[in-house]
Amino acid sequence: MIDFKNVTKVYADTVALKNATLHIDQGDFVFVVGPTGSGKSTFIKLISKLIEPDEGEVYVEGKPLSKMSNRDVAFLRRDIGMVFQDFKLLDNKTVFDNVAFAMEVVRCSRRTIDRQVPQMLSVMGIEDKANNYPSELSAGEQQRVAIARAIINNPRIFIADEPTGNLDSDTAWEIMQLLELINKRGTTVVMVTHAKDIVKRMQKRVISIDEGTIIRDSRGGDYGFDD
Amino acid sequence: MIRGVLYSLKQAFRHGFKNKGMSLASIFAITAMMLILALFFFLTVNVSFLTENIKDQFGTIEVFLKDETTKEQAANMITSIKEMQGVENAEYITKEQAMEEFKTRWGSNAYLLDGLADNPLPNSIRITLSELESGDFIATTAASLPGVEDVRFYREEVGKVIKVSNTIQKGALIVIIFLVVVSLVVVSNTIKLTVMARQDEIQNMRYVGATNWFIRGPMFLEGIIIGCISAAISIVLSSVIYTRLCETLGEQAFQLFSASLVDPQFLIKNIIWIFFALGIGIGACGSIVSMRRYLNRKGETV
Ligand SMILES: Nc1ncnc2c1ncn2[C@@H]1O[C@H](COP(=O)(O)OP(=O)(O)O)[C@@H](O)[C@H]1O
Ligand SMILES: [Mg+2]
Repeated sequence: MIDFKNVTKVYADTVALKNATLHIDQGDFVFVVGPTGSGKSTFIKLISKLIEPDEGEVYVEGKPLSKMSNRDVAFLRRDIGMVFQDFKLLDNKTVFDNVAFAMEVVRCSRRTIDRQVPQMLSVMGIEDKANNYPSELSAGEQQRVAIARAIINNPRIFIADEPTGNLDSDTAWEIMQLLELINKRGTTVVMVTHAKDIVKRMQKRVISIDEGTIIRDSRGGDYGFDD
Repeated sequence: MIRGVLYSLKQAFRHGFKNKGMSLASIFAITAMMLILALFFFLTVNVSFLTENIKDQFGTIEVFLKDETTKEQAANMITSIKEMQGVENAEYITKEQAMEEFKTRWGSNAYLLDGLADNPLPNSIRITLSELESGDFIATTAASLPGVEDVRFYREEVGKVIKVSNTIQKGALIVIIFLVVVSLVVVSNTIKLTVMARQDEIQNMRYVGATNWFIRGPMFLEGIIIGCISAAISIVLSSVIYTRLCETLGEQAFQLFSASLVDPQFLIKNIIWIFFALGIGIGACGSIVSMRRYLNRKGETV
C-alpha cells in the first residue's frame, strides 16, 4: 500500500528524514511518534507528494510518486484524506460548504453532494452545525468537519498530522473513535501524534522517529520514548 | 467536460464579482488603453491608405508625347519601356482619356473645364512603377526617347510622403505595443490579487485532489472575461468616435489630401475582430503570467 525505499529529505542544513525504508499494509492503523522536529510531518507529507524526497522513492499502491505527473498527483490525493492539527478549514464557508467543497473538486453532481454531505455530518455528530461557520464551532467540532471533508470521497488512505494536538483529552478520545471507525471501513490510517496515552490505549503499530531516523517499529502500542 | 467549463465560468464570475472593485478598475484601465490604441489604429490605417493613394497617384511617370508621334511609335515605346526593370505597367493614354480623368478629379468643379474649346492635354504614356527607386533612371531613359515632349515624375515628393508615413506608422506601432504590455500587466495584477485572496482555498483544493485546470480554469476565464468586456466597450466607443470624426473632419481631410477618410464601416468591421482577439489574448496571457508566478504547481506552498 505505502512503501518507503531509502527515502531521504533534506532542508537547507537539516536532514529531516534519513534513509527511511518501511512498508504499510492496506487497512493498517499506524501511529508515527517522536519529539518535535524529528521529521514526523516530513514523513507524512511525502506520502501525498506535498513534498518530494531528495533520495529514494515513495510508492503508493505500487506506483512510484516521482514518476507521477501533476494530474496523477491530483488523482492520488483524491485517494488520500488529509487532516492537520490546525484543521485548515475555510473560514468564509459554512460547515456544509467546507465539506461539499471536496466533492465539487472531484466534480460530483449537486444532487450527490446534497445527499451525502448531511449523511457524513451526522456520522461525525455535527449534523446540526451544517450552516454554521468554522469560527462558531469548538475545536473538536472543527476537527470533525476536517475529518468529514477528508473522507467524504472515500479515500483508501487517511493521514492525520497531530489531529488531536489542539484538543482536550476527552475530545481527543472521541476523535480517535472516529478514526477507528474509518479504519474499520478498510481505510489505511497513518496518524502523527504526541499523545502517549492515546498510543498506549489504542494498541496499534507504532513507528518512532528521532532526528530523521526510524528508530523503532513495533506493534502493541509501545510509545518508545520516555518524555 | 461541459460541466467543468460551466463550473469554471460560474466561479470566474463569482470571483470577478467578489473582487468587483479590482475587476472594474482593470476593465476601466484596459478600456482606456484600447481606446487610445484605437485612435492610433485609425491614424495608422488612414495614413497607410493615404500613402497608397499617393503612391498610386504620383508613383507613376507621365511621359508626354509630341503631337506628331503616332500610335504605332507609341506602341513600340511601350514595348521597350516594359522591358525595363522596375516597371510594372505602361499604358497609352489618349488626350481624351486624360481630360476625362481631369474632370473626375475636379469633381463638382469640372464644369469649369467645359469652357475650353480645345483639349490642351497631350497624348501620353503612363508608367506604373513596381519599385520607386528605379523611377529616376526610367524617367531619364524615357525622356531621351524620340517623340517625347516632356516627362513628369514626382520622385522627391512621393519619397517624402512615404518617409513621413513610415515614421508615423512605426511610432504608432511602438505606442500600440506599449499599450498592450501595460494592459497585460494590469490583467496579471488583477489575477494576482485573485490568487492571493484565494490562497487558502487553493491550498485546500490541492489537498483534496483538484487538478491544475480545475484551479486555473476560473482564473483563466476571469482574465478572458475582463478582456472581452473591455473589448466590447472599446469597440462601441471607438466606432462612435470614428464615425463622428468622419462626419466632422471628412470634408477637410478631402480638401487637404484629395482623398477621403477610410470608410467607418470597413474600419469598424476590422476593429471588432482585432479587439476581441486582443482582449482575449491580453486576458489569457495576463492570467497565465500571474498563475505561473504565483501558483506553485506542486509542493505545499501554493
Ligand atoms: N520547509 C522547511 N524548511 C526548512 N526546514 C524545515 C522545513 N520543514 C521542516 N523543516 C525542518 O525539518 C525537521 C523536521 O521537521 P518536521 O518533519 O516538521 O518535524 P515534526 O513534524 O516531527 O515536528 C525540523 O528540524 C524542521 O525544522
Ligand atoms: Mg509536525
